[in-house]
Amino acid sequence: MNSSLIDYIQHLADNALIMAQRNAEWCGHGPVLEQDIAITNISLDLLGQSRNFYQYAAQLINESEKSDEATEDSLAYLRTERAFKNCFLAEQPNGDWAQTVLRQFFFSAYQFLLYKKLQDNTDEQIAAIAAKALKEVTYHLRWSSEWVIRLGDGTEESHQRMLTAIDELWQYTGELFMPAAYELESGFDVSSLKDDWFNKVVAVFEEATLPVPEKCFMQTGGKTGIHTEHLGFILAEMQYLQRTYPNAEW
Amino acid sequence: MPVQDFEKIFQDKIDAEIKIEPRDWMPEAYRKTNIRQISQHAHSEVVGMLPEGNWISRAPSLKRKAILIAKVQDEAGHGLYLYSSAETLGSSRDEMIADLLSGKAKYSSIFNYPSLTWADMGAIGWLVDGAAILNQVMLCRTSYGPYARAMVRICKEESFHQRQGFESLLVLSKGSEEQKAMCQDAINRWWWPSLMMFGPKDSESTNSDQSMKWKIKRKTNDELRQQFVDMIAVQVKVLGMTLPDDKLKWNEARKHYDFGDINWDEFWNVVKGNGPCNKQRLAARNKAHDEGAWVREAAMVYASKKANREKQEAA
Repeated sequence: MNSSLIDYIQHLADNALIMAQRNAEWCGHGPVLEQDIAITNISLDLLGQSRNFYQYAAQLINESEKSDEATEDSLAYLRTERAFKNCFLAEQPNGDWAQTVLRQFFFSAYQFLLYKKLQDNTDEQIAAIAAKALKEVTYHLRWSSEWVIRLGDGTEESHQRMLTAIDELWQYTGELFMPAAYELESGFDVSSLKDDWFNKVVAVFEEATLPVPEKCFMQTGGKTGIHTEHLGFILAEMQYLQRTYPNAEW
Repeated sequence: MPVQDFEKIFQDKIDAEIKIEPRDWMPEAYRKTNIRQISQHAHSEVVGMLPEGNWISRAPSLKRKAILIAKVQDEAGHGLYLYSSAETLGSSRDEMIADLLSGKAKYSSIFNYPSLTWADMGAIGWLVDGAAILNQVMLCRTSYGPYARAMVRICKEESFHQRQGFESLLVLSKGSEEQKAMCQDAINRWWWPSLMMFGPKDSESTNSDQSMKWKIKRKTNDELRQQFVDMIAVQVKVLGMTLPDDKLKWNEARKHYDFGDINWDEFWNVVKGNGPCNKQRLAARNKAHDEGAWVREAAMVYASKKANREKQEAA
């Protein structure tokens, strides 16, 4: 069994699922109806991406174990905190609208470069999922860039809130580009995306009249299952029905 | 031309099944009734996002989560079309939303009940959306053009909502004992409030006669309610569940199901603001609105800055 490939696919899936779960918390509570729809739509896209990756991971697990027990739901609902491989960034709380759009911008800028590269992956299934998702992510990146600019260059308050959001989230961006072992074995060296990502951030921040942070200490651990304390609560809520009623069909 | 002539032309159009359009002359009461009804309908879509949105984070499978997100997002979209329809009558979205937030405007009372278990997502789709559809199918032929056209679009999505609700309950009804109990419990709790969605009895409905004459409505509350009971009484058998009404019985002479008395005290109590979630629903809407104020302001300021810059560049 190629466990690093399975880990890699689950890492891609977990990132998308946890971001989807966070963004969906806005549903019904957005600052204006059009944006409630937009953030929920992004959540739905990410959820769809996670399902594609989980289904593929489940297929590989079942093939190698000659079983049919792994499903998209068993992977999403029955793994515990330490098995999840999403980045720290994805699990950070929504905070205010500034924090949510900045998190989305950092993440989408990363996913955009990642999927662009993965669409040429030798694994045809990964390549196909990435190619399909790239269209969605292109929109997410445009939407979130526009919001970063709008809030950065909006009012004094919105500018201040963006500064606070940058201060909160910047420390979680370094991890995106520090490859875990499974990425190097089954994906590619994500550190190669860092310069392009940074240039995109600089361009958008410049237009948004926001300062690019100085080098600072970067938190890491999510990719290898050492998470922030937030993830446990996300999973407790998300997994509660599957845990309460084992083996039930829904 | 005297007003009487305008009124005659207006009523003639309605009688001839010609839609009334935004620029047409219309009696002030027709305009007001439509604004009230369409904006209430829009508010219901938006407040209705809350009891369902409540379960997105806990949906028991990824497929159910995706369906639920898509459904709640549809409701937001319906809210948008409806606010736009009402705006064609000269009321602004800001005014309508202010009336919702202050508690002046009403929305469907059904959303003042709590969604307590996962089965409630199925029951809301099947019963609440099912009741709403009967009303909305009728409204596809309502006399005010923009409202009728919005309804055509909305009905397509609502019928998908009802099917997914029923299908989700069907899975529970074939599941474990606990799932079956959850399914029956949800039906028990949502049944009577769903019947109340059609509004007061015809004999006590104040707006009915004029609305029928103007073809804003084409069926009375009691007619729609009966149609709903007849439909659900059959469908519940497919689920192997029961409706919580021991008077529910096929009446061969009427060719309809008879059903028990609705608790109108409960209905009026919820309308007056004393339902289990009235306060929480309005509080949630107000919180979203208040916390979004700085976002909306920043977006406006940025847009005007940008427009100024473009003007300067052009000059």
